[in-house]
Amino acid sequence: MALRNLMTKKPFAGILTFRQQLRCVQTFSLPDLSYDYGALEPAISGEIMQLHHQKHHQTYITNYNNALQQLHDSINKGDSPTVAKLQGAIKFNGGGHINHSVFWKNLAPTREGGGEPPKGSLGSAIDTNFGSLEAVIQKMNAEGAALQGSGWVWLGLDKELKRLVIETTANQDPLVIKGPNLVPLLGIDVWEHAYYLQYKNVKPDYLKNIWKVMNWKYAAEVYEKECP
Amino acid sequence: MAAANSLSLTSAFLPRHGFHGPSHNQNVQLSTQKDALEPHMSSRTFEFHWGKHHRAYVDNLNKQIDGTELDGKTLEDIILITYNKGSPLPAFNNAAQAWNHQFFWESMKPNGGGEPSGKLLELINRDFGSYDTFVKEFKAAAATQFGSGWAWLAYKPEDKKLALVKTPNAENPLVLGYTALLTIDVWEHAYYLDFQNRRPDYISIFMEKLVSWEAVSSRLKTATA
Repeated sequence: MALRNLMTKKPFAGILTFRQQLRCVQTFSLPDLSYDYGALEPAISGEIMQLHHQKHHQTYITNYNNALQQLHDSINKGDSPTVAKLQGAIKFNGGGHINHSVFWKNLAPTREGGGEPPKGSLGSAIDTNFGSLEAVIQKMNAEGAALQGSGWVWLGLDKELKRLVIETTANQDPLVIKGPNLVPLLGIDVWEHAYYLQYKNVKPDYLKNIWKVMNWKYAAEVYEKECP
Repeated sequence: MAAANSLSLTSAFLPRHGFHGPSHNQNVQLSTQKDALEPHMSSRTFEFHWGKHHRAYVDNLNKQIDGTELDGKTLEDIILITYNKGSPLPAFNNAAQAWNHQFFWESMKPNGGGEPSGKLLELINRDFGSYDTFVKEFKAAAATQFGSGWAWLAYKPEDKKLALVKTPNAENPLVLGYTALLTIDVWEHAYYLDFQNRRPDYISIFMEKLVSWEAVSSRLKTATA
């Protein structure tokens, strides 16, 4: 009887069998910024950048990892109600991680090209689709200002139709929610945490100034990859 | 025009009659006392939240309804009409947010907190099991409203029970046919200057130091009269 107990005993925590390791859930971690927190000033304050990155984005990642682990466990147990219940937390926190990961890359200090207009094929595509860069900025700012509650405004590429689009998403919905073929080129976070400490209720000033640190180089890279 | 210290939500606070600050039992002109809720809600927060955000909802609503058939209706009627059974019309956002914010200011008082008593406590114990359970669930609702929104304690007239509701953006329990008893604003502008990302801390301070149980009891009394 003692022998049988030994045979059925679970392995020590931390020492996983090969099979168990295969079933582990990938965990996500906070990506580094390629610039200092203060490098986007005066457009976006260092205080905001630090809180936004170290607190808000990190919290989405922590909660996303937890939700994925719970999802994994509930799938294994066949616990369908829990699987269904977790969808909201996964979309919200996973979306938060996706969106902010794009956002850090679509900002750059002015001395590293932030604010420099796009050249090349993206520049032409903007003129073709919207008439001018000014028109894009104006439309995105108008949509961002009009967005009620929390959300994002995006310049995206429909990679099937090879067409640029301007879209908004609510809360942390990623752009792909608006269309499965949509790829984000640039996103502007219009949650209040993205600007409140510096701009308070004056969201339009934030929207006006963020273009001074917009990393069009990143947007052009993504565009050229999808439209070679 | 009603005095700023004796507001009634359904009658005096018609948007076209102008803008009012919170009213409290203390009969204080709180439109000039931005530090009334210090240190738990800073005067800086109050100045922006009441003076900019709330004021903009009222001003913009006035512009939207001026000369239309909504002009002259009560704010509650404007909300229900513009909610339009879930496909909101343009004025809904401003109307509902004007109402929500007034209701929020009146849900708080200087040196607030403590515990409810009387009939309100009876119903809380009956419908939540205990006051502690209610607090735990209210805090959880407020903390897990994804994005912008509100958490509410409401009274459901159809089954005469209390309920916790969380609503996104401008929505409120009026559109569900419930009577609102208490609310906390969990839009980031409500707490960001004082608490930054720490929404749970803001919620705790609200419960411990700001909530006006007198206001909640008084609303319950009206709802169950």
